Amino acid sequence: MLHVISALVENKFGAFNRVVTMFSAKGYNIHSISIGETEDPTISRMTIVTEGEDKVIEQIVKQLNRLIDTIKIVDLTYQPKVQRELLLISVGYQKGTRSEIIDICEIFRGNVVDINNKTLMLEITGPPEKIDAAINVLEPYGIKEIARSGLVALRRGEQIRKNKGETETNKPGELK
Amino acid sequence: MNSRKKSMTGADIFFECLRREGVEYIFGYPGGAVLKIYEKLYDIDFLKHILVRHEQGATHMAEGYAKATGKVGVVLVTSGPGATNTVTGIADAYMDSVPIVVFTGQVPTHLIGNDAFQEADICGITRPITKHNFLVRDVSELATTIKQAFYIASTGRPGPVVVDLPKNVINSITEFDYPDKIELRGYKPRVHGNQNQIKKAAMMIQKSKRPLLYVGGGVIMSGGHRELYLLAKENNLPVTMTLQGLGAFPGSDPQSLGMLGMHGTYWANQAVNNCDLLISLGARFDDRVTGKIETFATKAYKIHVDIDPTCIDKNVIVDLPIVGDVKHVMAELAAEISEKPDVTEWWEQIHAWKEECPLEYDMSDGRLRAQYIIEKLSDLTKGDAIVVTDVGQHQMWVAQYYKFNYPRTHITSGGLGTMGFALPASIGVAFAVKDKPILCITGDGGFQMNMQELATAAYHKLPIKIFIINNSFLGMVRQWQELFHAEKYSFTDLSDSNPDFVKLAEAFDIKAYSVSNISDVEPVLKEALSYNEGPILVDFRVVKEDMVFPIVPAGASISDMIIRRLDPKEMM
Repeated sequence: MLHVISALVENKFGAFNRVVTMFSAKGYNIHSISIGETEDPTISRMTIVTEGEDKVIEQIVKQLNRLIDTIKIVDLTYQPKVQRELLLISVGYQKGTRSEIIDICEIFRGNVVDINNKTLMLEITGPPEKIDAAINVLEPYGIKEIARSGLVALRRGEQIRKNKGETETNKPGELK
Repeated sequence: MNSRKKSMTGADIFFECLRREGVEYIFGYPGGAVLKIYEKLYDIDFLKHILVRHEQGATHMAEGYAKATGKVGVVLVTSGPGATNTVTGIADAYMDSVPIVVFTGQVPTHLIGNDAFQEADICGITRPITKHNFLVRDVSELATTIKQAFYIASTGRPGPVVVDLPKNVINSITEFDYPDKIELRGYKPRVHGNQNQIKKAAMMIQKSKRPLLYVGGGVIMSGGHRELYLLAKENNLPVTMTLQGLGAFPGSDPQSLGMLGMHGTYWANQAVNNCDLLISLGARFDDRVTGKIETFATKAYKIHVDIDPTCIDKNVIVDLPIVGDVKHVMAELAAEISEKPDVTEWWEQIHAWKEECPLEYDMSDGRLRAQYIIEKLSDLTKGDAIVVTDVGQHQMWVAQYYKFNYPRTHITSGGLGTMGFALPASIGVAFAVKDKPILCITGDGGFQMNMQELATAAYHKLPIKIFIINNSFLGMVRQWQELFHAEKYSFTDLSDSNPDFVKLAEAFDIKAYSVSNISDVEPVLKEALSYNEGPILVDFRVVKEDMVFPIVPAGASISDMIIRRLDPKEMM
């Protein structure tokens, strides 16, 4: 089963490499990995999608925690979260298929970001299933190239509602 | 308090940091990238530099020093080959959780990545085998980095740290500012275990009928031998130890079951198989201990105390994990136990196993055997010596037949199984320990892997007693070839190529003897033990075909142990 692990790491030389080295040294599989600076420029957030049974995932989280450069590790798999991936996809077109491809792009709320006389490049964002669906639908038109950003994810914030003067706190994700 | 800030070169800062960390010895080897440091070293008198003959030797010396004292061992080598030669020692320290800091020279920062002369990406190479490593990119980071390196190496679960020092960083000048405290937001070792878990563990001990303490090297590292002694003695608990745990509990105490695992005692392994409560203290359920995981201690409720959370549920799923410093946890645990468990029947059973299959060897053919030499040594020193072993049969015989009564007296390469460890490690010990005999027990194979360090031992006149258990074979491999590989003794026979070890020692001006007769063993051992003018080497010519028994074949259940050599027909 795929797990989404969010890791806050020191934004410094070698930190990313340490995480990746740990995965390869322990024989764990990385499905996708993305990294970028956070609101604190000394900290980067890595979103790692990995595969394994719960026991393996537990070890991965512990092994990540053990690294000196990691600050906080959360397995977001069972947590309410927002997850997004960016797809850049270049699709070939002929007379008549161009508008069909642009229609599909609109259905997926994407943008056309480049065109020449043979190909269209589309930009689509969304959760991984949506990206998979877009690729699937575009496949018959002839996909030339694909670049996926890998997943980024954030835990949803707590929902706080005021009700008759008292504050009721829902656990994150329990949207009523 | 911070001292007044002062402009200093990187090399000066380096030594000022070492002085403040209380470093007494550096094991090192000079070279191009660290010349500036060696230039300063020439006038330094608050620490002693020990010139080794190979950088691997330096790392094992630092390990020996660290294991014997609990302090951080320090290594200084040059870039490129100097650095890569330390890799085996670093990996060894990582597997056995030994606190060492290895300073490696590096080419100047502007040449890094250029395939410059004697350049190697030692941080990249050592990333998976260090607790942490640093490339110091600017002299302003140097002092903080060194402070962090010592802190990380020596706290939590100890381990090796590499600090890579580019030549221009060492030569640059900056204001020196040594931090008083280190705050690492990603590293907060946990000392105290969860109180509720400890209470639950105490309850489990109270109501258990067949409890067993399974003790690893963590108890020694945490300095928890007294806490262990009290916990075990007050509750009459049997204690079995791993290879690295030997010495944590007195081996001559009747409650000691000796070592468990692949070459463990029959009764210790039976106790593991039949206990109803297994309490692991600073051990990591290594495959050499557990054998086949599915059949390991299946009847037991398992408690696992460890400072490293990754050790928990890594190999064996346990019922009650306690993350914390084992010394503190044992003290708290002992205090929580209000009622002693009833273990009378359990002890009767253990004694019965012990009588059923004691550790024994046969001397009736009148030939010299390693077990006899080691037992004699154990008697002559009364278990009060530092015994450093290499890897192989002699190592297991020492673990079986030498009665270790004190912590930090058994020093060996366990996890990595590094042949060539014993001689340099015993040199490191000899600088740290002056009041106990230091026995370097090694094999003819392993000794030759780092025998160049005889020069280091001879030069410093270290009173190390080097005992080569010489069977002219890579004995442990030979044993596996005999038992599991169709008796194809493939490249394990050294009899035609071994040097004359006595002549070899004499070339270094080291006193040496060769012993082949049983009757010569005791007088020669006595002489060696009383000789303190320098190293002494004894080449013991022992039986070639001896095997270490009992043995649990790799991957088998520990109940399937082979107790003795069987007739070939029986083995079919």
